[in-house]
Amino acid sequence: MKRPGGILSGIVAIAVSAVVFLVPFAFIFLTASKTRAESALLEFSLPTEWAIWENLVAVVEARDYMLLTAFVNSTILTVASIAIMVVFAAMVGYVMQRRPNRWTPLLNALVLAGLIIPPAVVPTIWVLQRLGLYATLGGLILIEVAFGLSFCVLLFRAFVATIPREVDEAAIIDGAGPVRLFFQVVLPLLRSVIVTVVIVQAVAVFNDFQNPLYFLPGDENATVQLTLYNFRSQFTTQWNLLFMDILLITVPPLIMYAFFNRQIVAGLTSGAVKG
Amino acid sequence: MTTTVLRPPRTRRRDPRSHYPMWFYLPAAAVYGTLFVVPTVASFYFAFTRWSIAGSEFIGLENFVLFFQEPYLLRGLINTVVYGALTSGLKVVLGLLLGVYLTSQIIARSYLRSVVFFPVLVSTVGVGVTFSVLMDPAEGLINRVLEVLGVAGPGWLTDPSLALVSVALVDVWKGVGLATLIYIAGIVAIPQEYFEAARVDGATRVQNLRYVILPLLWPATSTVIILSLIGGLRSFDLIWTMTRGGPGFTSDVIASVIFKQYQAGFWGLSAAGNVVLFLLVSALMVPLYWGLSRREVER
Amino acid sequence: MFSIHRPPGPARVAGAAAAAAATLALTACGSSGGDDGTLTILVDNTEATVDSVQALADAYTAANPDTEIDLELRPGGSEGDNIVKTRLQTGDMPDLFFYNSGSLLQALAPEQNLVDLSGEPFMDAVAETFQEGVRSDDRVFGVPVGNAVGGGVLYNLPAYEDLGLEVPRTWDEFTANNQAILDAGDAAPVIQTYGPDSTWTSQLFVLADNYNVLAAEPDFAERYTANEAHYADTPAAMAGFEHLQEVNEAGFLNEDFASASYADGLAALASGEGVHYPMLTNAITELRATDPDALDDIGFFALPGEDPDDVGVTTWLPGALYLPQTTDDQAAAEDFLAFAASVEGCDAQTEAVGVTGPYFIDGCTIPEDVPPGVAQLQEYFDAGLTAPALEFLSPVKGPALEQITVEVGSGIRSAEDAAALYDEDVKKQAQQLGLEGW
Repeated sequence: MKRPGGILSGIVAIAVSAVVFLVPFAFIFLTASKTRAESALLEFSLPTEWAIWENLVAVVEARDYMLLTAFVNSTILTVASIAIMVVFAAMVGYVMQRRPNRWTPLLNALVLAGLIIPPAVVPTIWVLQRLGLYATLGGLILIEVAFGLSFCVLLFRAFVATIPREVDEAAIIDGAGPVRLFFQVVLPLLRSVIVTVVIVQAVAVFNDFQNPLYFLPGDENATVQLTLYNFRSQFTTQWNLLFMDILLITVPPLIMYAFFNRQIVAGLTSGAVKG
Repeated sequence: MTTTVLRPPRTRRRDPRSHYPMWFYLPAAAVYGTLFVVPTVASFYFAFTRWSIAGSEFIGLENFVLFFQEPYLLRGLINTVVYGALTSGLKVVLGLLLGVYLTSQIIARSYLRSVVFFPVLVSTVGVGVTFSVLMDPAEGLINRVLEVLGVAGPGWLTDPSLALVSVALVDVWKGVGLATLIYIAGIVAIPQEYFEAARVDGATRVQNLRYVILPLLWPATSTVIILSLIGGLRSFDLIWTMTRGGPGFTSDVIASVIFKQYQAGFWGLSAAGNVVLFLLVSALMVPLYWGLSRREVER
Repeated sequence: MFSIHRPPGPARVAGAAAAAAATLALTACGSSGGDDGTLTILVDNTEATVDSVQALADAYTAANPDTEIDLELRPGGSEGDNIVKTRLQTGDMPDLFFYNSGSLLQALAPEQNLVDLSGEPFMDAVAETFQEGVRSDDRVFGVPVGNAVGGGVLYNLPAYEDLGLEVPRTWDEFTANNQAILDAGDAAPVIQTYGPDSTWTSQLFVLADNYNVLAAEPDFAERYTANEAHYADTPAAMAGFEHLQEVNEAGFLNEDFASASYADGLAALASGEGVHYPMLTNAITELRATDPDALDDIGFFALPGEDPDDVGVTTWLPGALYLPQTTDDQAAAEDFLAFAASVEGCDAQTEAVGVTGPYFIDGCTIPEDVPPGVAQLQEYFDAGLTAPALEFLSPVKGPALEQITVEVGSGIRSAEDAAALYDEDVKKQAQQLGLEGW
């Protein structure tokens, strides 16, 4: 797939991508570096007075260092719920694909329902209260798992189909039981889709603000998205601090992506997944 | 759990019962059943009640009658379908083109991949706030640039006929990275032999795309369609952040109508709205899903 | 949701939230305070609410060192309404919470969820006018925080001086003033702000016209509640929608009305880029924080109607502190409420956020040197020319009014059509409340 005009088209692509994708981020960064008065003008310009450090300190210190608490909470929430979600969903997607029976359409419908139906807030709180999990981080973790399962099952089911059954058979002949077959043979082959699921769902959970708002009330339970409210109330917005906050809470997903990006490439080029 | 069944020892054909045990469903089913299915069933019951903070009272189908009388419901329905079709269509087309482009031999490939995926990482609220500012009719960067070029920019979010489309474009901007990623994963998984065979046959780039890549990418395409269409039909938070369904009701979708009812304390009514939304999305998705997975099997 | 209840607060202050909040030193708090001498109060995140309640809390804890008071902040607006209702419904409300009075309070089913305060001695100090706004049957639920608020037109005093204009006493005079301003060509006659977070500001033409509605139809509120009178079939009530349509059609609005925010509107008013801004007087508190020098340039008059001899202002009650039935520590919470209903409580608020109008607590006074806008509002109160907004006379208020008025003000929908649509919207609310006659 070599292209003669590669360099030229590459330059065009870089220019277009810069305008379409980088300008908005430059705007966020520049606004986050301005003083309050200047940021209120919402202009795309260099700050006349760089206030990046002051803004950073103000955002971190706001509401008694709420952002730091929020980072800890969001990290625990994201890591735990993603770990559970991936394993549970892979198990379901795997059995659904490998062992279709007359119940499979019903299961398909249930999975789709999870994507389609918006969660019911008040009844969910009742269930959580009954279980003693309301307003606990553990409860919110399970909520995120429940709401994210459908998406993951869908992806896993589709990609398990790309693993030839011969792989399973070979392992079975070698004497592998069902648990070993799944965890030691199949799961490693799903690496690229696992990475995809982890990135997508981790971003979704980390950036979620509706569920924490309802299911985990209380300042000490804040998650990162809720810190945006510190700078954006009904009547006034401190644009510089708001954009600084947006910038700061985008850093963890960015690091995660940078880390996993190599994994995607590694997983894909190893040729483990063949159609 | 597997039941004990007499079976011949050392059978050569695999017995699905033993190798793919049903209990693999259990952990997911427990969480999903308790925290999603049970509350959802409960809320479907409440769709038939006048339910507010004061309590609930069974009123039969009255909520549904009321819901369909919402004066701006028709607009919301049309907007929902337009938004879903527009966002998922663009994500499929752009995602595929970007996917193909970003797997070919180009300069700055990993930079481009990262940049395209970058918006996926930013929170919806952050994206919504940023673009609301950029799309401001007088002060916004977009219209200022257009002004320099001698074009009078429209009121992206304030013109009633344009607001919904503007939000849809931002949705595509934010979501196309994910579609691209899924396509890249699919393309890289295509064995090189196929391309070599095509090259031996003297296939052009377009033929390559049409006869080799597209058919083999079917699982990726169906995943992108399903995820983005469902996401688009249910979409709400970006619209809410950027326009609140406005100006007036002109960019309302069903999900935002339902949200406004919930927020007004009409819980029974909004539960009924959710049932309607569920039926609508199912009516569109189930045939599509069925068709897509059938093609997948046939492949 | 509802607009005007948006500013539920006693007053809203702009200013560095971070800086202000950092000094609050909020300690981490559970979602409900225990009986360990800690009271938790749920308040919305507008700085004015936070500052006022914090001022009360600081003054209270100075006198009662054994008690610790934590504020738990929630978002305002739509999410805020959801949170208050959800937490009441699920029994997870802290010891006290701050919320609107009037029809929004009625939507919380107060008789089921809140503690009746009517027998408490401290309620004797709370003005009867206010108690009306937090009453359900013969039970009373809240203690006010903040001042009486007027709804009318904030205007730029220097512009009036330059053009030699008089405060209008009728809608026709108002229109003539607008035309004069338009002809002068320096400023927009009427400021409107329909940006996504500010749509609530569009309702003032309708809601602040209630004094004029009641002047023409004294029994409108009762008949409206009973489904006998409506906006579409009551000319005096429809006038608000018509006026909004008129200012749009006459080209009186600021150019960026479709995307401008409330803050933009206040800035335009202060700088003289716009001359009239139909608004609530607690906007004055907001200006005090962002642009204190501008306060001397801002005046206030009631939204003009038809009758030059009967000019009065529509008033709003401030929000209140409420005691949920699920509180763990009722005695301590009531002691705090008693403090909020005292002269010391008023003084603590005055010092922290200033005043925008009279208090509703017996014996509370406001300082002599108030800004001109506040003084002009006070004149209406002194002359007894006030009438409550409809949301304090009737529990019926449709949730979609602000979208409807945005459409009228943007020229998308006619006044007549809008009034009919709003009547439909209101029906849902009335049915949910189970009112008779709907």
